[in-house]
Amino acid sequence: MKDNIKLRVSQIEKSFPGVKALDKIDFAVKKGSVHVLCGENGAGKSTLMKIINGIYQPDSGQIYIDEKPVKINNPIQARTLGISMIFQEMSYVPEMTVEENLFLGNLPVKKFGNVNWKEVRQRTQELLVAENLPYSPTTPLKDLTISDIQMLEIIKAISYKSDIIIMDEPTSAITLKEVEKLFVKIRELKARGVSIIYISHKLDEVFQIADDITVLRDGTVVESHPKEELDIETVIALMVGRKLTTTFPKEQVPIGEDMLQVENFNYPSLFHNVNFHVKKGEILGFAGLMGSGRTEVMRSLFGLEPKTSGVVKIKGQEVKITNVQQSIQHGMVMLSEDRRRYGIIPMRSVKENTTLSNLKSVFYSCRNHKKVERKLVSEILNKMKIKTPTIDTPIATLSGGNQQKVVLAKWMLRNPDILILDEPTRGIDVGAKYEIYKLMTDLAKEGKVVIIVSSELPEVIGMCDRIYVMAKGTITGEINREDFSQELIMRYATGTLTAGGVN
Amino acid sequence: MKLDNNFWTTVKKKYSIYLILVGLFIVCSLANPNFLSVNNLTNISRQLSVTTILALGATMLIISGMLDLSSGSVLALAGVFAVSTYKATGSLLLAVAVGIFTGIICNVINALMISTFKAPPFIATLAMLTVARGAALLYTEGQNILQLGNFVELGQGSIGVIPIPIIFLVAIAILTWYLLNHTPFGRSLYAVGGNEEAAIASGINVHRVKYKVFIINGIFVGIAGVLFMSRVNAGLPNGAINYEFTALTAAIIGGTSFSGGIGTVGGTLAGAFIVGFLDNIMNLNNVDSYMQQIVRGTIIALAVIYDIRSRNRRANSMLGKVEDQGAAKK
Repeated sequence: MKDNIKLRVSQIEKSFPGVKALDKIDFAVKKGSVHVLCGENGAGKSTLMKIINGIYQPDSGQIYIDEKPVKINNPIQARTLGISMIFQEMSYVPEMTVEENLFLGNLPVKKFGNVNWKEVRQRTQELLVAENLPYSPTTPLKDLTISDIQMLEIIKAISYKSDIIIMDEPTSAITLKEVEKLFVKIRELKARGVSIIYISHKLDEVFQIADDITVLRDGTVVESHPKEELDIETVIALMVGRKLTTTFPKEQVPIGEDMLQVENFNYPSLFHNVNFHVKKGEILGFAGLMGSGRTEVMRSLFGLEPKTSGVVKIKGQEVKITNVQQSIQHGMVMLSEDRRRYGIIPMRSVKENTTLSNLKSVFYSCRNHKKVERKLVSEILNKMKIKTPTIDTPIATLSGGNQQKVVLAKWMLRNPDILILDEPTRGIDVGAKYEIYKLMTDLAKEGKVVIIVSSELPEVIGMCDRIYVMAKGTITGEINREDFSQELIMRYATGTLTAGGVN
Repeated sequence: MKLDNNFWTTVKKKYSIYLILVGLFIVCSLANPNFLSVNNLTNISRQLSVTTILALGATMLIISGMLDLSSGSVLALAGVFAVSTYKATGSLLLAVAVGIFTGIICNVINALMISTFKAPPFIATLAMLTVARGAALLYTEGQNILQLGNFVELGQGSIGVIPIPIIFLVAIAILTWYLLNHTPFGRSLYAVGGNEEAAIASGINVHRVKYKVFIINGIFVGIAGVLFMSRVNAGLPNGAINYEFTALTAAIIGGTSFSGGIGTVGGTLAGAFIVGFLDNIMNLNNVDSYMQQIVRGTIIALAVIYDIRSRNRRANSMLGKVEDQGAAKK
């Protein structure tokens, strides 16, 4: 069987500062087959693909094509070796035409270095006819649908005569019908002897298209088998099978009345028909994969993004929230997932960042009360064990965990009733994580409400009283603490199970 | 001693601009005996007050991540309106009010374009630069308005030994300092310029902040217009050309960062005086005026490079402490 292997990676390792992204990866793709990579967010799938495509260099290990060792320094070199990658989030210039896009970076030139547009037109037409695509070479990309553009990316890969095509979540943005079209194309490519590496979270699709499945977890290959030897349940178990290592400072507190009710929340194309409620003293989890609409629902609730319809009730009263100020007035605050983008004013001091949402408490009677401000900030920093050289230090020089805690401190000064935390522990150290968990428990004890949006299942399972799971923009399941399991959450999240029963 | 080291770097960072100003003052005094004469110093301060008032408005705008290229033109428009109001009514108060009102209207339009319609500040205020200059020329039919009578007192007169424009400048500088350091609005300006999305997510009404800062800028520009026309004793529709650049130069030299979020009143004042002293000493020593432009441009370039370098140093010192988030989520 050895002559059948098209691409092989052996003992690949890759570290980023403070984290080992890939650990001794072995992985092989057969000629003319579809090899699916599964794994949770952060399992290392994208890193591995970027190494194969030459975007990253491995720290150690070797890549073989047709069993010959190769070194891939950049994507252009990858292309000459016959490797093309179609990215999860396609970047393209909307004003550019089909033909310009197809030959971008590879335009044929004439003697004097000017572009041979005639040849471009001719070859584009040939490709479009050959692939049976009905649009003209001069159509701008902005007039095509996402799936058309994706098709274009695929024929671009074909035009390079690629025999290894990497597809990173190609179905995340297209409709069911378009998925079928894509699968027809993939089967066609397979028949021509092209090898495809396919990354996806959607396990039902995976089982339709895969020949082989490899599961990654925490940067290692868990198992790799032909599809026939696996089923959805097994794959899910393999994906989440890691043991819960962190201990969580979870305490049971009495649950009170409804604090927040959200009814029929809608925003077309992002989320629809979202209903949930949370009671005083409850820590509520929102699980789901990236792109399932969790973050969007929370941002709309907080007034950062628009919604088209829906009712929000706080303490039983219907409230109207169209901007952040109103949300804060009603005692609801949110810690955004992207700290550097939505959390901090990088060049300003820790002090200013801490009081930013509470300016009235330090600016009154027509002046800034410096002593009051310093005292207020010092107290909350001490209480939350935030380490900073001085409170006048620019926040950007702090560690990620301390920055995150300063952003939290900012909201704690508001004494909120409802605290929404979107990926609160992403990219921060274990100590800071524990402090944040501790804070959640303390708030719950005071009868406040904490909502955690998180991709880290151990975290939601460890801390929450109840979990909603979202997939494809809507809530697919609600699980109480006594029924928590990673497998169950994953089944709701991958859309293989909905509250109505097995799909 | 680590502490001493830190202390000196802080001093150097915070006060270097003032040290440069003092050094330049000493050099100028030695270079030309006339520099220190009362007459010359009063003259410098009269000339400087107009552009420095513009620079203070510019500072607030740059801190909040925007800028105003239209201030020179709006100054001229506000100035000619004020002058003709004075000629028609003889009321100085009314003339000043009309000047300020004109500045406010133009800057509300700037804010409308930038905050409501999301036009880039550079382009929006460039449009206003052209429109306001055109309006000033249209209104005066391209002619200078002369014979202003007592209007001249505002720009040329003194209270005691202190020239009136200096009194305006000091008042506006104190007001700007107060706004930046003692009001929630000032704190919000730094936040909006430092990271607008984070400011929105922190509950700051960014729209209101942007309109407010433009309106305040409009008031400053209007006052500067009245002072300018009064000092030259004429309504010049073609006056104050390129003053916006002098104002920006002062702010940049004074350490206001074009990437937003950083800037002080003291720095801008020092920057304005550095530019003023340099111009003055070159004039006194008969340096060719074309040469003066080259010197000025070189100084702007150096100030910007200094700003970017110190920002990069900050960024580098951060890099070591921030985890890689992009590729490795865990």
